[in-house]
Amino acid sequence: MISPLMLRGLWAYRGFVLGSVKREFQAKYSNAMLGALWSLLSPLAMIVVYTVIFSEVMHNKLPGAAADARYAYSIYLCAGVLTWGLFAEIIARAQTVFLEQANLIKKVSFPRICLPLIVLLNALVNFGIIFGLFTLFMIASGSFPGAIYFAIVPVLLIQLLLAIGIGMIAGVLNVFFRDVGQFVTIAMQFWFWFTPVVYPAAILPPHVRRLLGWNPMARVVEAYQDVLVKGAAPDWAGLLPVLLLSLLLCALGLRLFRRRAGEMVDEL
Amino acid sequence: MGAITVSRLGKAYRQYSSRWARLAEWLLPGARARHKLKWVLRDIDFSIAPGESVGLIGVNGAGKSTLLKLITGTTQATTGSVALQGRVAALLELGMGFHPDFTGRQNAVMSGQLLGMTVEQVQALMPEIEAFAEIGEHIDQPVRVYSSGMQVRLAFAVATCVRPDILVVDEALAVGDVFFQQKCFARIESFVKAGTTLLFVSHSAGTVLNICDRCIFLRGGAVAFDGAPADALDLYQADLLTRLDQAPDQLRVQHAAAPAPEPPPPHVPLHTPLRTPLSGKTGSIVTGAADCVGVRLFDARGSERTTLPADQQITLQIDYLLHQDVADPHVGFKIRNRYGVVLFETNSYCMRRPHGPVAAGAVLSARFSLPLSLFPDEYTITVGLGAGGHGVGSFDNVLNYLHEVHSFTVAPNPDAIVWSGLVNLHPQLQFSTS
Repeated sequence: MISPLMLRGLWAYRGFVLGSVKREFQAKYSNAMLGALWSLLSPLAMIVVYTVIFSEVMHNKLPGAAADARYAYSIYLCAGVLTWGLFAEIIARAQTVFLEQANLIKKVSFPRICLPLIVLLNALVNFGIIFGLFTLFMIASGSFPGAIYFAIVPVLLIQLLLAIGIGMIAGVLNVFFRDVGQFVTIAMQFWFWFTPVVYPAAILPPHVRRLLGWNPMARVVEAYQDVLVKGAAPDWAGLLPVLLLSLLLCALGLRLFRRRAGEMVDEL
Repeated sequence: MGAITVSRLGKAYRQYSSRWARLAEWLLPGARARHKLKWVLRDIDFSIAPGESVGLIGVNGAGKSTLLKLITGTTQATTGSVALQGRVAALLELGMGFHPDFTGRQNAVMSGQLLGMTVEQVQALMPEIEAFAEIGEHIDQPVRVYSSGMQVRLAFAVATCVRPDILVVDEALAVGDVFFQQKCFARIESFVKAGTTLLFVSHSAGTVLNICDRCIFLRGGAVAFDGAPADALDLYQADLLTRLDQAPDQLRVQHAAAPAPEPPPPHVPLHTPLRTPLSGKTGSIVTGAADCVGVRLFDARGSERTTLPADQQITLQIDYLLHQDVADPHVGFKIRNRYGVVLFETNSYCMRRPHGPVAAGAVLSARFSLPLSLFPDEYTITVGLGAGGHGVGSFDNVLNYLHEVHSFTVAPNPDAIVWSGLVNLHPQLQFSTS
């Protein structure tokens, strides 16, 4: 799936990849007076809005959460919103990365596979900051789940594979068919609301809940919620098909990328 | 180190009738090809030895840039292969894929990394890059506020901060001002001296003659000529002229109102010209009285050339086919530089060398022999035929006037003295001490 040549190319250009991640992070905020603070403020604003609307206005109560857990809904929300944010950012950036970097692709010879990797790492940096703060908040508010917290690492890996698989496929296709980008943007909206991020899955009618089983992101997000809200181990068996699907999508994405990389340069 | 071998290289772009056709070709299993191949380059074969400097010329669309992209690996070849030995630095078109939002410094580091340097290496070379690019404090501003000249300065400074084994330069340098161009060429020449292989695209004949020891002329996606720069430039110029002839709309001769003679009398017998009549640029005058059928330059050895070395005796031959009897015909020419400045102009009347009457149907050939004491550059020739000279330099009738009908290039002459300016005044020097 990944040829040794591709890996060697990535390794040879590791300086470029890491440098690009750093530069992109700097460039994103260097023109803003509040700088990197904005990368925290936007998810924070989203969490505040959802917390106020769903937990205060709609009196949304979490089934299974202790009544005294003041922050249970906020943590539930963060577990989903932050990880979904990572997922959505990777897909959104990966699907446009080839178009955005057309100038570079057309003029400089380098392993193009660097570009999706830069997207992935960039999204991880942003995610690392916000999720780190969230973890501090959990520790400070006494809601830290303990050692089981680290169970999110494999879940995160599965999610990254899924995101970059979809992102690569969309990214390559988007070069040839610009409709793909538009479609994916809309599809991601539906997908977000079809995933129990804001609401608990329990409030859905049973026939809809059965459909959720087909949503790989529902399983991923539920795994995060299990770990962070309930302090329980995720349903590893339920994540296995998601892992397989992610690997399949990654393989498909890489195959598509390798077969169309040359044609892509001509099309840009 | 520094060799380029190109074998049977071809590049075709796929053309689909619609996006749906592409989708169908991708998705339908075992489907037939639904695209047409548009060949841009075909069967390109050449090899460049280490240390050679090779010019690449051809009209727009001949495939020069595509060839460079294939060589540098930014585009994949459809057929054939390219083999490179050594580190390649390439300057394709504008910039080097600079990111508009990053600062010049960040872009320099990024480009350096793409050229295979580490951040530390680029940082160490940064003062030199800044000094060469001469963009001052702009180095810390985003590249989007740069002028195109500044981008090229920075790109060139980064691409050449370490001597590459192979340097590939597209027409990028045309954007810079003269001083920067000279600086770039000085650097390129020092690289070439140190053993860098150079592949260089240019439309400027003077530049090609100056720095290349071989020249490849591309025409219609194929190598039309590969050899001495002077010969390649001759062929290129000839190709340009025939191309102009094929585009009559651009070049239709203007019938000026000026001292136009009365239309030719009906009894004038029609003669087939020896060769096709030449036509000049807008502003030319043609009448039925005569056609210019030849404007040619010959070097000292007598072979026809459009690229001639400076400070050598050359011959300009102008042939006029007369369609009517002319009692007192006079032939003249004008040499202009690229800015349109007339450097020299005279005619047989002004030279007090009348030919005498010429009958209809005859070809009057005038051979002007002159030392080509012009500075190496490109020049044009304008020719004219007048009848009945009088006064200081006036004619009763202008029978033909072809504005910039021919162009030629003056190449540097290594055997002559070094001089600068517009014309060589051939100074004689005598020292004495007392």
